[in-house]
Amino acid sequence: MQKRTFLKAVFATALFSAGFSGLAHADVLANVQKAGVLRVAVPQDFPPFGTVGPDLKPRGYDIDVANLIGRELGVKVELIPVSSTNRIPYLTTGKADLVISSLGKNPDREKVIDFSIAYAPFFNGVFGPADSTVKGAADTAGKTLGVTRGSVEDLEFTKIAPPTVNIKRYEDNNATISAYLSGQVQLIATGNVVAAAVNERTKIRRLDTKFLIKNSPCYVGVNKGEAALLAKVNEVIAKLKKSGDLNQVSQRWLQAPLPADL
Amino acid sequence: MSYVFDFPAVFEHTDALLAGTGRTLALTAIGAVAGIALGIVGAVCRAWRLAPFDRLFAVYVELIRNTPFLVQLFFIFFGLPAIGVQMNEWQAAILAVIINLGAYSTEIIRAGIEATPKGQIEAAQSLALNRLQTFRHVVLPPALLKVWPALCSQVVIVMLGTSVCSQIAAEELTFAANFIQSRNFRAFETYFIVTAIYFLLAIGIRQLMMQIGRRLIARRP
Repeated sequence: MQKRTFLKAVFATALFSAGFSGLAHADVLANVQKAGVLRVAVPQDFPPFGTVGPDLKPRGYDIDVANLIGRELGVKVELIPVSSTNRIPYLTTGKADLVISSLGKNPDREKVIDFSIAYAPFFNGVFGPADSTVKGAADTAGKTLGVTRGSVEDLEFTKIAPPTVNIKRYEDNNATISAYLSGQVQLIATGNVVAAAVNERTKIRRLDTKFLIKNSPCYVGVNKGEAALLAKVNEVIAKLKKSGDLNQVSQRWLQAPLPADL
Repeated sequence: MSYVFDFPAVFEHTDALLAGTGRTLALTAIGAVAGIALGIVGAVCRAWRLAPFDRLFAVYVELIRNTPFLVQLFFIFFGLPAIGVQMNEWQAAILAVIINLGAYSTEIIRAGIEATPKGQIEAAQSLALNRLQTFRHVVLPPALLKVWPALCSQVVIVMLGTSVCSQIAAEELTFAANFIQSRNFRAFETYFIVTAIYFLLAIGIRQLMMQIGRRLIARRP
């Protein structure tokens, strides 16, 4: 008897909250345009996508994209700092209208929220000097390639590596990068964000993308059932790509042009 | 405790372990021979005050003995390329080991040379032995014999110290251990086995060097 009451209560709560959240989600795009404010969840602890600047305001790739989308929609942007664990809950509970927080797509997340088209590159790849002609794993044959031991790029590259590539496995990213900068290896496998950070800090030896090992670009997260908002965000991102605005953001924060296939 | 030990996961990589052990031994052997040779030269320069080499060796010894081996290695491997001296990881590792052992053995052997009684050298001179013959037959053997146990220990310390060469991707025994551990995540099993290998290597090197001391220097059968 008690059990049944409990179940009823659960059921009622579920129904209630479903109805409630349904209300809250009713056409966010219209609400945003009415209020003139777009609330965007952004990272503040993940350079170069989002950090706190010297003026204590958030800054980074994601913040620039949020402001560009706000500009295109003709509304003010309210930035909501989130962490990587609570960024999706902020969206699903209606505390934010969009999540622009270096969010990658996977099947589990796709069950909970919708994703826009990609707005930022995020990948592991092989990097090397501009004059290197390496275009794929096969071209690394006979070359020395540095990588951080046990990293995703180590495991993934080892699978596709030709037998004659000389892989040097270093203890940490710092040693891998030092090996490249001091000319001990011809190429390194690492993440594009790491490569960007290196290119920003030193001009000793530039890191240019040679080919991708594992690609997981970033998407804007939108609540389910917000077709109008999603369509608008996609339209804006496509426009920003075409106008070169997004390319400027990429140059500013990742020291590299936006990949053509993004 | 519900950890299930899985030693076969390590033995799948026996090739890597054997190759690593071989490279550690080779690195130690080259480093020991060249390092002790450098130490003998340095010890003579310092003990007999051969200017200006005595001063140079004094600076070298203090510089090396008062800085960490890892930093010396990083300086050679990552730092020197900036001034155009490019070495691969093995050249850098061998050079670092020789330089390091050279400094320590200079001081160890100098102690042995200075402990040689002056009377013995005077006796050699009165027998019309020249300086080199005196050194070769009268000074060096007893000097080495006196400090041989300390020298053995230093070589074992250097052998254990070569483990940091894994940091510049020289694929010696510790590199093999780290590599295996990063693939099978069996930290206990991997490092247990590698610890045992290092232990046996250290015992073996000490025994071998004591034999060398007995046969070659003391000339005992």
